[in-house]
Amino acid sequence: MASPGSSTVPEPLATARSLVVRHTGDRVFKGLTLLMAVSVFALIILVGFELWRGSHLALRKFGWRFLFSKDWNPVSEQFGALPFIFGTLVSSLIALLIAVPVSIASAVFLTELAPKWLRQPLIIFIELLAAVPSVILGLWGVFVMVPWLREHLFPRLKSALGFLPLFQGPIYGVSMLAGGIIIAIMIVPIITSVSREILRSVPDLQREAAYALGATRWEVTRIAVLSYAKKGLFGAVILGLGRALGETMAVTMVIGNNPQIAASLFAPGYTLASVIANEFNEATTDLYRSGLFEIGLVLLGVTVIVNAAAQLLLKTLGGLSTKPQQ
Amino acid sequence: MTSANHRWRRFKNGLMQSVTLTCAILVIAPLVLVFSHLITSGIGAVNWDFFTKLPKPVGETGGGMANAIVGTVVLLGIASLVGVPVGVLGGVYLSEYSFSRLNVWIRFAADVLNGVPSIIWGMVVYALVVLPMKGFSAWAGGIVLGMMMIPLITRTTEEVLQLVPNGYREAALALGIAQWRTIIQIVVRTALKGIATGVLLSLARVAGETAPLLFTALGNSNWNRNLSDPITALPLQIFSYAISPYDDWHRQAWAGALVLLLLITFINVGVRVLTRDRFQQSTR
Repeated sequence: MASPGSSTVPEPLATARSLVVRHTGDRVFKGLTLLMAVSVFALIILVGFELWRGSHLALRKFGWRFLFSKDWNPVSEQFGALPFIFGTLVSSLIALLIAVPVSIASAVFLTELAPKWLRQPLIIFIELLAAVPSVILGLWGVFVMVPWLREHLFPRLKSALGFLPLFQGPIYGVSMLAGGIIIAIMIVPIITSVSREILRSVPDLQREAAYALGATRWEVTRIAVLSYAKKGLFGAVILGLGRALGETMAVTMVIGNNPQIAASLFAPGYTLASVIANEFNEATTDLYRSGLFEIGLVLLGVTVIVNAAAQLLLKTLGGLSTKPQQ
Repeated sequence: MTSANHRWRRFKNGLMQSVTLTCAILVIAPLVLVFSHLITSGIGAVNWDFFTKLPKPVGETGGGMANAIVGTVVLLGIASLVGVPVGVLGGVYLSEYSFSRLNVWIRFAADVLNGVPSIIWGMVVYALVVLPMKGFSAWAGGIVLGMMMIPLITRTTEEVLQLVPNGYREAALALGIAQWRTIIQIVVRTALKGIATGVLLSLARVAGETAPLLFTALGNSNWNRNLSDPITALPLQIFSYAISPYDDWHRQAWAGALVLLLLITFINVGVRVLTRDRFQQSTR
């Protein structure tokens, strides 16, 4: 214990001093890390505050009318968010209708039915798809997917289902449906990988019990796994919805960017995120810019609520993934 | 009777197996389609000029994206300055001082923050940095990407630090080493590779972001000589070429997309190979 240097300082004092140093060091370090950790709160508040501050002109001028007005006319300075809210909801809904069955089915395939050697490569592929930037998918969407939809899929849909108002009217290619499809491609990886985590967290005892009753593989999956994981899977879907609502670049490139409320899915639409992306830099007047900030505020509100709901579902009901292993 | 029922169940089993297999193929089909199209359309324009020349004005063929490639690197550098210290230290707090109920809320906030659309970050930094500085700048672009990295890095850092065995901490504390030095010199050092992995993955993610750069970095058809001036980046350049009406620019967009996607894929695959090695060693 006694070091040679301690001859100048009485022993207990040295210990006391080094204790003080240690305590301040600990306190400073803990304070610093705490500061950085709570910065996520600061960021959320900052995001909300800046959008609110940016939109106060529009908030004061239009009030609640903003949400229910169909007018979006920068020249006469009439701003209403309804066409964009409509576009965001419809495109996200289309995306969910396509992505949810496909993602959950492939998550089931990956965890329950696929042969072992096939699982890892498939998982890597799906993770790579998740890493494809939105703008690249948009580029592909504009030059490959949209022409294909215009020439092949849409005419077929129209002749088969043309009696529905959803599939009537002229076909341009860029459309609400194209936007929905591209969003579906973007959210499939996240729904698949979160669902996979949920299915993996189902205890093996569940499966074994079902097998012991003589169930086939699919019956085990349906009875023991899917019904057990139902709520967690719902959380995964809501998480996907959160991503779908905020998707920007790829949608902007294929949805047609026309603020209208049309019954036909072949008609161009516009979303909250894409109107910001397209018009923010061109907004010449303060009120115009303020209107776009308010659009952002609406988008933020919706995505925060949806994401919070998803996290709550995943944490309390799924009991998994975001929790560190071990 | 029973055998008919049995056959039906076997049939249903096989049917669902093939249905789910089809879905799995559907999921990866877009990746294959995008990649193959990028290669066939983009490879022709990926040449020496692409990496060394500035974009040419409309009408002249050739030119490259050298400024966009450098711009992406510069933006990622600034983003790391903002995102890495905050994210890593925040992750340290979550993992090492995990006693309070506060942590549940911090995690929750980080996860919610992760879901904030990137376009909104762009508006926020526009109001926060671009307006006060009276102009679009590389700083603003880097800051917005850095802010988006914070929740990502916080969560991944926490997760890897949790993997460090508690015995390491206890051994160091038992030797009389102060807790903060234990954390820095033992815990963080042990998990350094994992932390670096998380940082790289978050860089790969923000490297492809376009929306937040639209109103912060803006884009620039020339070199950026001052970080207070607008700067361009690969995704921005791809976007502006993609929405242009010129065939030559479309080719450039494909080439840029190919390079960007290869860069991101390279980071992702590389990181996975590295972490798999580490994991296998620790389980052996």
